Amino acid sequence: MKIKVWGCRGSLPSPDPDNYRYGGNTSCIQVTHGETCIILDAGSGIMRLGRYLNPTIKEVHILLSHLHIDHTMGLGFFQPLYNPQVKVHLWGPSSGEEPLLFRLRRYFSPPLFPVKLSELPRHPEVHELGDEEFLIGDIRVKSEFVCHPGPTLGYRLMAGNKTIAYLPDHEVMLGSSDFPKEPEWTSGFDLANKVDLLFHDGAYTSKEYVGKMGWGHSSIRDAILFAKMCQVKKLSIFHHEPTRTDEQVYRLLQDVLQQGDINFELEMCAEGNVYEF
Amino acid sequence: MPAQPLELILARQFGDSISLPVFLVDPEGNLLFYNEPAEVIFGLKFNETGGMRMEEWATVFKPCDRDGHPLIPESLPIVKTLTSQLPANGEFFVDSLSGERNFISVSSFPIISRTKRFLGAMAVFLKSQEQ
Repeated sequence: MKIKVWGCRGSLPSPDPDNYRYGGNTSCIQVTHGETCIILDAGSGIMRLGRYLNPTIKEVHILLSHLHIDHTMGLGFFQPLYNPQVKVHLWGPSSGEEPLLFRLRRYFSPPLFPVKLSELPRHPEVHELGDEEFLIGDIRVKSEFVCHPGPTLGYRLMAGNKTIAYLPDHEVMLGSSDFPKEPEWTSGFDLANKVDLLFHDGAYTSKEYVGKMGWGHSSIRDAILFAKMCQVKKLSIFHHEPTRTDEQVYRLLQDVLQQGDINFELEMCAEGNVYEF
Repeated sequence: MPAQPLELILARQFGDSISLPVFLVDPEGNLLFYNEPAEVIFGLKFNETGGMRMEEWATVFKPCDRDGHPLIPESLPIVKTLTSQLPANGEFFVDSLSGERNFISVSSFPIISRTKRFLGAMAVFLKSQEQ
C-alpha cells in the first residue's frame, strides 16, 4: 500500500509562503495498492492529484468522508472526471433521506459550479455508505459513522497485513462516554483500533477546543489520547487550522512531544508525505 | 468487544447529560446504560451493575402494579418499542432496591440510524402521581 497526502489543511485552502511545509490544500489522500486507486476526500488537494495521476489508471474510487465544502471543493477540478477513459466512483455517507447523488448535484450546479454532473463525459458511479465493510480491488474498506455534524464517515483500509484509518473530521471527546476510558463507547474506535497509521483530526489546541466544542473537531491532545486508546503505531495529526503557520504547527508538535508519555510515532501531517507499507 | 454504533454512543452521551431519568437498551433488550437520575429511582448504581440482559433487569427493577403484582416484560413501553420499533408510553410502579415503590410515567422511542438500521431504544421516565 502506498499512501500520499495531497492536502491536510482544514476548513479552507491556505496558500501562503508561511504554509509551505505543511501545505495549504484541504483534505485529500491517495491510496494505491496494485491496480487499485482510492482517494480519500476531494478537498482542494485533489486537483493536483488529478494532474499527476498515473495515466494507466482507468478506474478511481473517491471515498468522501462527508460533504462539507473543504472535502468536496476539488471535485469539479479533478481532471479524470472529464476523461471518458477513466471510470470514477464516488462513495459517501448516506443521509437516510436525500440520496447522495442529489446532494452531490448541489455542488455540481450553478451558482456553485458551471458544469452539471450530467454534463460530464462519463457519469460517475455513486455509492451510498453506512456502517459497512466491502472490497475495492484488493483493499478491504470499513466505513462507519463518526461524531461530526451531518452524516460523516471514517474509513479503515486494509491491504495485506497493513491497515490505515482516516478520520479527518472527528470530535472524539463529544462522541465518547468517559473519554478515554471506554473504547467500546468511543466513536471511531473500531476504525482506528491497532492501525499502522491513523490520520486524525487535531484542529485545535486544548485551549481553543473549549470555545469550539460541538463544531466537530478534536484537540491535538484528544487525538493523542484517542490514538493511545486505539494502540496505533503512528498518528498523523490532520486538519490543521487554516490560520496556522508552519512555525505554529511545528511548535504545537514540539509542545506535545515535550510532554512525553507517547508510545507511538507522532507527526503533524504534511502535504506531500508518502508512506509505503 | 466491538465499539457501539455512533447513534448509541450519542444517545448515552445525551442521557448522561440531562436531569431526566434515562434507560438505554440494544435491539435485544440488553440494558446498555441508565443515568444518575434513574439510579435514584432504581436504587442501583450503573457503575456497580453495568449492563444487564433483559431477563435480569426486568426482575431487578421490579416493574409492578399498585398491589405489587409483577408486570410481564411485554407490557413495558420499552419492550413494546423493541417489538414494534415505534414509540410507546405507559405508567406503572417500580420497586427500588431500598423498598420504595415509585409510580412512574415512561415514554420510549426507537433509535433508528440514518441508514434505517434499528439499534435499540431509549426510555425517559418521571416519578409521577397516580391519577
